[in-house]
Amino acid sequence: MSRLPITKTPKVYVGGAFIRSESARVFPLKDAAGDFFANIPQCTRKDLRNAVEAAAKAGFGWAKRTAYNRGQIIYRLGEMIEARAGEMAAALVLGGASKVAAAREVSVTVDRLIYYAGWTDKYEQVLGNVNPVAAPYFNFTVTEPMGIVGVLAPEQSPLLALVSLFAPAITSGNAVVALASTSQPYPAILLGEMLATSDLPGGVVNVLTGFRKEMVPTFAAHRHLRALVGVANADERKALALGAADSMKRLHLLKAEEPIDWLADSVQSLYAVRDTLEFKTTWHPIGA
Amino acid sequence: MTSLAEKKLPRVSARSGRPAPELIFGDLWEFDPSPETADPKLKTRYDLFIDGQFVAPKLGKYFDSINPASEQKLAEIAQASAADVDAAYQAAKAAYDNVWGKLPGRERAKYLFRIARLLQDRAREFAVAETLDGGKPIKESRDFDVPMAAAHFFYHAGWADKLDYVAPGRKVAPLGVVGQVIPWNFPLLMLAWKLAPALAMGNTVVLKPAETTSITCLKLAEILQDAGLPPGVVNFVTGAGDVGAAVLNHPIPAKIAFTGSTEVGKIIMRSLAGTEKKMTLELGGKAANIVFDDAPLNQAVEGIVNGIFFNQGHVCCAGSRLLVHEPVAEQVLTKLKNRIKVLRVGDPIDKNTDIGAINSKEQLQKITAMVASGVKEGAEMFQPACRLPAKGFYFRPTLFSGVSMSHRIAREEIFGPVLSILTFRTVDEAIERANNTAYGLSAGVWTDKGSRILKMSTELKAGVVWANTYNKFDPASPFGGYKESGFGREGGRQGLLDYCKLS
Repeated sequence: MSRLPITKTPKVYVGGAFIRSESARVFPLKDAAGDFFANIPQCTRKDLRNAVEAAAKAGFGWAKRTAYNRGQIIYRLGEMIEARAGEMAAALVLGGASKVAAAREVSVTVDRLIYYAGWTDKYEQVLGNVNPVAAPYFNFTVTEPMGIVGVLAPEQSPLLALVSLFAPAITSGNAVVALASTSQPYPAILLGEMLATSDLPGGVVNVLTGFRKEMVPTFAAHRHLRALVGVANADERKALALGAADSMKRLHLLKAEEPIDWLADSVQSLYAVRDTLEFKTTWHPIGA
Repeated sequence: MTSLAEKKLPRVSARSGRPAPELIFGDLWEFDPSPETADPKLKTRYDLFIDGQFVAPKLGKYFDSINPASEQKLAEIAQASAADVDAAYQAAKAAYDNVWGKLPGRERAKYLFRIARLLQDRAREFAVAETLDGGKPIKESRDFDVPMAAAHFFYHAGWADKLDYVAPGRKVAPLGVVGQVIPWNFPLLMLAWKLAPALAMGNTVVLKPAETTSITCLKLAEILQDAGLPPGVVNFVTGAGDVGAAVLNHPIPAKIAFTGSTEVGKIIMRSLAGTEKKMTLELGGKAANIVFDDAPLNQAVEGIVNGIFFNQGHVCCAGSRLLVHEPVAEQVLTKLKNRIKVLRVGDPIDKNTDIGAINSKEQLQKITAMVASGVKEGAEMFQPACRLPAKGFYFRPTLFSGVSMSHRIAREEIFGPVLSILTFRTVDEAIERANNTAYGLSAGVWTDKGSRILKMSTELKAGVVWANTYNKFDPASPFGGYKESGFGREGGRQGLLDYCKLS
């Protein structure tokens, strides 16, 4: 008689721990064939609040790490995904991807992390500069991470799009609270396990699953999210912009109506890193 | 962290116990009036500037622009309507499509260089006009506003043919037509630092100055004509908030740049929600000016005075919260009081005037109400007993000591010559107090220690940090805020990026 396998209870990765939703709600996830696969946490406003709190605690230390150290840790995350590439590809197949497409999505995801790992100790050299002011001051402009960034992943490319969106934010030392694809949440759940073993301090990347309709307004309203990046449709973009006005959140939203080729090199950019940076200019006196 | 006070005790001098010597001239010496006499060459009536021409407003309405120093009428200004704003945008769009958008950067640069030069030629005339219209001391408009405005055109002119160096790895392209709305505190300078980068990048512009300060904007239109700038590249529409709303909400502009209050900035964000328009918002501030016990105190006192009383405190980045290190708090307060006793408040056109007129009656009422709240909430007020002119809008330089973080005067922007003084004991406390605000535009640090300057500048959540100085500006130096002080930068390479799209 064949052995009954032990199935995994999907939990979201928040504050470095694997948790169920505070609401105790779940929604069933079916595989591509329509069979029950598992129950997924249906996160709510309270989970977002807890995740933001975790991000606030972790973000400070993450931003203070040396750029070299952040680069190695993001590289390590790439190593962790590469090592479990087969498992991750299977998670993508579960959502309907072909085996070939799934394998490709995983390998491009790893490459994307390696791309940003290399930026950590370079973006400042390209984006900042010394300004030749007409007075005896050493005047320089440097960048700083904004703080906590909300990420809204699209429904498609549930792994690659999510990583492509949060990687540039953590490159500079931001902490992230991300919402995974509603229809294909499992790769994000699995990604949590890889984040946990990547040396990335707990709380730097927090990934929530749940219903997009419920979660978008809570992301719009939370005052401690300094920026929102991601993909949104016209109605969501308007709702997010209205919410952003209350606390002057910075918005960098791609249109869900337009196709995005997440596999293309063109979606990775120094300017995606720039989107979650503030610029600070200091006037330092010159003289004895 | 250990208290700095423990490490360094204040020096006990032979004078201790005796009051510090003061230089109080009282009525012994009276300054003779010394008005700047250059002719501001004002017209009695200013029309809208659309498509390269001065045109009467479609509804034929005008409003008065008065001199806040005397409440006398200076000129009539056209009251634009939505139809005028539309005409301005149509002109800007045509100019972008047919002329400006196709012009090589090298040629755009030459126009901007010309504008800078023509403004320098007429600098004194513009300074007098600026002071009459806005109420700022002539020494400020003469030595700061007008030369800095010219500098912004000159700096950005040079970028127009070097845009390939703005965003490494990407190509930049203009956005198209840009709508800009500016405030009354630096009418000409703000106009220059909005126009110059937009034009250098190849955009065309519709701009609305503040209703109380339209004159130098419309005088600049004369310079644009003299420079031969193609019609429609820059258009000025004048009027109050309704005209501003028409400028912001028109469908043509691809980008909106606004400088003003955080309150209005939020309204703008909401009204533009759901549109594709890009935004730069430069909003309010409540900057901390932090004085450590090792700072050169006399220099710091000059900087504190400049930080809060520059332009009557009508400065979004004004150093309106003074954080003083406890060991020197009393000493700094005494020096400050002595210093502001000799500030000359009065006719802005007088070359000896330090503090001019409050820009409008409404603003004077706002300042008065905020100061009343400070007294009511229990802070200790000090105002020198200076005489104020009988006519016009004036407010004495005001210090509040014993202020706590919860007081309104420590949290809300006053936009007037009112300084709230708080104290701190440790570096960490100074950082915590400085950052404890919804704003994040600027900050000041006064210390003799270079490493502490860099430590503070790293920790302060502000877009601009001045060390051992305050209120310094330069076209090469990006300006703009964190948090609710808005987003985007103006000036420098970073400012240019906010006027282009990347491909």
